[in-house]
Amino acid sequence: MNILVCLKQILDPEVPARDFRVDAARREAEQGSANLVTNIFCENALETALQLRERAGGATITVLSYGRPTAEDSLRKALAMKADAAALVLDEGEGTPDPLNVARVLAAAIKRLGAFDLVMTGREAGDWGAGQTGGLLAEELGLPCVSFVDGIEVEGGRLRLRRQTDTGWELFEATPPVVVTVTNDEHNVPRIPKVRDVMMSYRQPLTKLTPADLGLAADGNDYYEVAELSIPQKETRCDFAGGDTLDEKVEAFARHVVEVTRGM
Amino acid sequence: MNDVLIILFAANGFDKGAQGLAGAGRRLAGESGGSLRAVVLGEGAETLAQEVARVADAVVVADQAELSEYQPETYLNALAQVCRESKPRAVLLGNDTYSQELTPRLAHRLGGSAAGDGVEVRVDGDALRVGRQVYGGKAHAVLELKKSPAVVWLRARSFAPAAPRETSGDVTRAALDIQADTRTRVVERRREAGGESRLEEARVIVSGGRGIGGPEGFETELRPLAELLGAQLAASRAACDAGWVPPTWQVGQTGKKVTPELYLAVAITGASQHMAGISEAKTIAAINTDPDAPIFKHSRFGIVEDYRKVVPLLREKLKRVLGAGF
Ligand SMILES: Cc1cc2nc3c(=O)[nH]c(=O)nc-3n(C[C@H](O)[C@H](O)[C@H](O)COP(=O)(O)OP(=O)(O)OC[C@H]3O[C@@H](n4cnc5c(N)ncnc54)[C@H](O)[C@@H]3O)c2cc1C
Repeated sequence: MNILVCLKQILDPEVPARDFRVDAARREAEQGSANLVTNIFCENALETALQLRERAGGATITVLSYGRPTAEDSLRKALAMKADAAALVLDEGEGTPDPLNVARVLAAAIKRLGAFDLVMTGREAGDWGAGQTGGLLAEELGLPCVSFVDGIEVEGGRLRLRRQTDTGWELFEATPPVVVTVTNDEHNVPRIPKVRDVMMSYRQPLTKLTPADLGLAADGNDYYEVAELSIPQKETRCDFAGGDTLDEKVEAFARHVVEVTRGM
Repeated sequence: MNDVLIILFAANGFDKGAQGLAGAGRRLAGESGGSLRAVVLGEGAETLAQEVARVADAVVVADQAELSEYQPETYLNALAQVCRESKPRAVLLGNDTYSQELTPRLAHRLGGSAAGDGVEVRVDGDALRVGRQVYGGKAHAVLELKKSPAVVWLRARSFAPAAPRETSGDVTRAALDIQADTRTRVVERRREAGGESRLEEARVIVSGGRGIGGPEGFETELRPLAELLGAQLAASRAACDAGWVPPTWQVGQTGKKVTPELYLAVAITGASQHMAGISEAKTIAAINTDPDAPIFKHSRFGIVEDYRKVVPLLREKLKRVLGAGF
């Protein structure tokens, strides 16, 4: 079984709101002192692939990223987590490519890299959160797609996919090749690679390509453009329950609760 | 060409989400100078269509056997056909699982542009603009969709419902040529226990975070409190990822977007991604040991204490008030 996992490097989404700034003119977030990290849902996807390989007793996992040169670190980390091969398509354009641009580049790279039974992406990324890459990629590749997957089993050449819905789960049977987008679940929390493996990963081969190598012109964004980017200011003044004893404090808190629920 | 088409699933009925979607669609149709159309899919579509017709100018029922229940590839094919025929300027969907899944793919099939999680949508000259949270709720962006049609899923419950029209819109049945696509197939549906009551419709929510410390805290402390308040239980991602509570309980950017009168956050930090799911809550209140927890910056009232001490006492006090004709 050949598995391809798409990884996106993003600004650390855990940066607290008070340290977060945007450049309104460029309509981009400022990196400031924040780290660049692999998008968590992409790591959930990789973790799902790694576990699938363990259970299926073998599979080849290729990781692919379209990004700045720094995205190499995300791919190296994935190799340290024991992905088998890695490829980076260097984004040399200005600004952030829109979701359709990203999907076109990934699709072209995937066709170049080989034939895959399973193409995986995160459900969305922690920066722009568009949630479109998996779906658009499926369309570019002419493949079916199942979203919000949190578990995959192989069963005699077919795949059994479990995906989360608003009210529970749906189980799918799928005939490869198929694209899935992965969401978080208690079972796909990404493993943490050993420091030694991370260091060693920098000696492993890594394929580097440009969109031009894939026959794609840098067209700019023709799907959507970010017209405005701002930080909303909204803080509420909190009325902290006061009092000398726990009982007094809880009493004050309870009064608030009653007031709100009575007014409903 | 200036029409707005909304997509509804029969299984969800004419709930607050469907009503909000119709409201958003009606306003957008007004701005673009077109009519409001709807397509209703799935078994029982006819019944929902009659309700929707009261607020829409035209409703298409798509309930043939192949569409009786959701299958992504089949629904996508059907919707692409409906859209190609009616050629709308914009296609709007709600924020349920299926809508989120279909939106980008439908846009691609129609040669359009998609956006998701919209909290505003408007026509601006030739352009269609969508406002949404980005960076885990830390920033707000306005996207200008360049291709037509625009296909957008909205936080439908945040939009005011549409007013009924004097005359109901026409209801017609679609005759679609649907090819069976067996590459993927839903073979089983499992409802989460309690999944029949919907968090999105709850008026009071008691929500727990990592600080609850384990599944027991949810059962022995939060559940009785929720029962007392007639509230539903919810959780942060940290509590769901730990496996303490099911993923359907997750509230936030990648969980449910809720709109209660009261959201009581217990042992939840208030990370921006969590807040992204409760920005429409009327009142937020918090119980947290850390006075600097960001959740207090969004709370109308709060208490800095260990929840294990607060909740039992709170239950006692509420019970007393409730007993006295609450
Ligand atoms: C792309 C992306 C999407 C995400 N989507 C979501 C989402 O949809 N929903 C979501 O919730 N998160 C989401 N997150 C995760 C989010 O960033 C936070 O990590 C998460 O919300 C933290 O959960 P928490 O507040 O329960 O845990 P913690 O941050 O660990 O906070 C625990 C809190 O409990 C308090 N506490 C501890 N013990 C007690 C006690 N005994 N009594 C009272 N208080 C106590 C602590 O002071 C602390 O404030 C997302 C993250 C990313 C990167």
